[in-house]
Amino acid sequence: MSILIDENTRVIVQGITGRDGAFHTKMMKEYGTNIVAGVTPGKRGQEVEGIPVFNSVAAAVKATDANTSIIFVPANFTGDALLEAIFAGIKLIVCVTEGVPTLDAIRAIAVAQNRGVRIVGPNCPGAISPGKAKVGIMPHSAFKPGCIGVVSRSGTLTYEIAANTGDFGQSTVIGIGGDPVIGTNFIDCLKMFQDDPETKAIVIVGEIGGSDEERAAEFVKEYVTKPVFGFIAGQTAPPDKRMGHAGAIISAGTGTATEKIRAFQNASIEVIYEPEELRQKLLARI
Amino acid sequence: MKIHEYQAKQIFAQMRIPIPREQVAQTTFEAKEIAQALGMPVVIKAQVLVGGRGKAGGVKRVEKIDDVPVVAESILGIMIKGLKVAKVLVSECIPIKAEFYVGITIDRALRQPVLLASAAGGVEIEEIARSNPEKIHKCRIDPLLGLLPFQTRDIGFTLFTEPALTQEFNSITQKLYRLFIEQDCSLVEINPLVLTTSGKLIALDAKINFDDNALFRHPENEALRDFSAEEPTEVEAKKAGLSYIKLSGNVGCVVNGAGLAMATMDLIKQFGGEPANFLDVGGSSSPEKMVTALRIILSDLNVKAILVNIFGGITRCDDIARGIILAQQQADIKVPLVARLVGTNAEQAKELLANSPILWANTMSEAVKLAVVKAKEAK
Repeated sequence: MSILIDENTRVIVQGITGRDGAFHTKMMKEYGTNIVAGVTPGKRGQEVEGIPVFNSVAAAVKATDANTSIIFVPANFTGDALLEAIFAGIKLIVCVTEGVPTLDAIRAIAVAQNRGVRIVGPNCPGAISPGKAKVGIMPHSAFKPGCIGVVSRSGTLTYEIAANTGDFGQSTVIGIGGDPVIGTNFIDCLKMFQDDPETKAIVIVGEIGGSDEERAAEFVKEYVTKPVFGFIAGQTAPPDKRMGHAGAIISAGTGTATEKIRAFQNASIEVIYEPEELRQKLLARI
Repeated sequence: MKIHEYQAKQIFAQMRIPIPREQVAQTTFEAKEIAQALGMPVVIKAQVLVGGRGKAGGVKRVEKIDDVPVVAESILGIMIKGLKVAKVLVSECIPIKAEFYVGITIDRALRQPVLLASAAGGVEIEEIARSNPEKIHKCRIDPLLGLLPFQTRDIGFTLFTEPALTQEFNSITQKLYRLFIEQDCSLVEINPLVLTTSGKLIALDAKINFDDNALFRHPENEALRDFSAEEPTEVEAKKAGLSYIKLSGNVGCVVNGAGLAMATMDLIKQFGGEPANFLDVGGSSSPEKMVTALRIILSDLNVKAILVNIFGGITRCDDIARGIILAQQQADIKVPLVARLVGTNAEQAKELLANSPILWANTMSEAVKLAVVKAKEAK
């Protein structure tokens, strides 16, 4: 098994005719993901990589029975794209777009929660269940089928960490996004990994800003029986500066790497300080 | 994005949130003219984008009109936490009976806006949270319903005894929430919200932070940006689509992705070096972006070695390599450059850079160690 996505995932791409949307449609298809439709308003009847384009998510769902969507539309249209997918009956939405206004994300996430829809992101690389499906933008070379679950607030750092799982490989790798408000947090993913028989150990990749890592640590202490490893980026980050990600900021002295590392240690999460140590540490525990 | 108090007050005035009579001045002459029009005494407040102005000597009460230029002079041009005061706000003196705090912000964990209010106003909310957390009233705002009248009423009744004041408080908080939503703010704050001796509520200070991601909807707010408060190289980087923050070390780094960039900085420190900067070249990298990145890093004369750490996904390693070559052609890069390029098109990158004097590393740790050693050798 894996979490969130597998061979049965039927994906539509919102913003399929755009530069990034078209490129990643090709990449996901190459990986074996079942991409069933694309949506760009006003481009009905076109094809991208042999995939039919529809004017609306509702029309695409009706024609293809899709259950998952990945969003590449520009930030100013993303709030609407999220709501459109929710109202069309999509159950899992991966929002790659960066720069989405926080209030747009908040509204869409509130509606999604009311309707039992999961949003991953915004500002995230998506998810990959190696060997099964990829609903995201990650390079394939960093991943292979296996038993480590990885959940991360980052993009490329996720690839770096995943590549360092060595022969263990990964069950599923999820980038939850670098924005201050995101639809799926660490705890949501920890629950799924804990319940997934294929996942033998979990790696949490956090960074400065907010308190999602601290809450994840509390959850691990209470409910997670599998070995958990943690990495925190931003130990050298200065206060009150946004470190690239909108959510990566130490404000009013909170959200520091030190606090997060301490929370991990208190929850018996094994802290990794150098990506390359991960493989050895996994070998010692599994 | 932060704006100055006087700019936030102008927005308050448009919303009909009561503020003192006041005006901004850039010279001592202007300050005196404003004071004359207002009548004495006045308060002169430094306009600077950091907190703690009072403690830094940036807020002063003046009794006599002849003292206004002297006091204005003593504030204009001073540095507060590294920022130069270019403007002062000259404001009427408000006789204060009590000070309150009210603010709206986003609670990241709850994923919704929250209204915070307290009878312990006048000090920073973080300080109240430390010393008197029970004095902060927190009200969760449903993003689909907005701030409901009964919610502000409930808080009003705990802060005030007179029904008229509760009503006034309701009106101010509702306007504040409307402003928060309409202008896509990440913070709106009145601290202190003052009860005057004549029984009126008035916003003595104002703070508004806008959501950077939503500025495209509000070009008029983008125009309020004070570039003097920003590092010029950081502004230049932003225009080129790069995310750059200057630090004080000597190992310059170019990385793709914010998380990997932070992890690279951390590893430099762990291996005994000091990072000179944070730099994320972003997703779709063109060779030109790489040239700009290297130019910005080299403009920092502390930099003794450069580390390029790329895990190619959307970013293509050959683009990065072409950028390095272009930069070498345009300027003589005198410091050692260590490169670790893996992922998309890494092989092409290696071929392109075969005849270039750069130092190769295969892993992140190896690259960081090498860059730290090279920076130390240069000293």
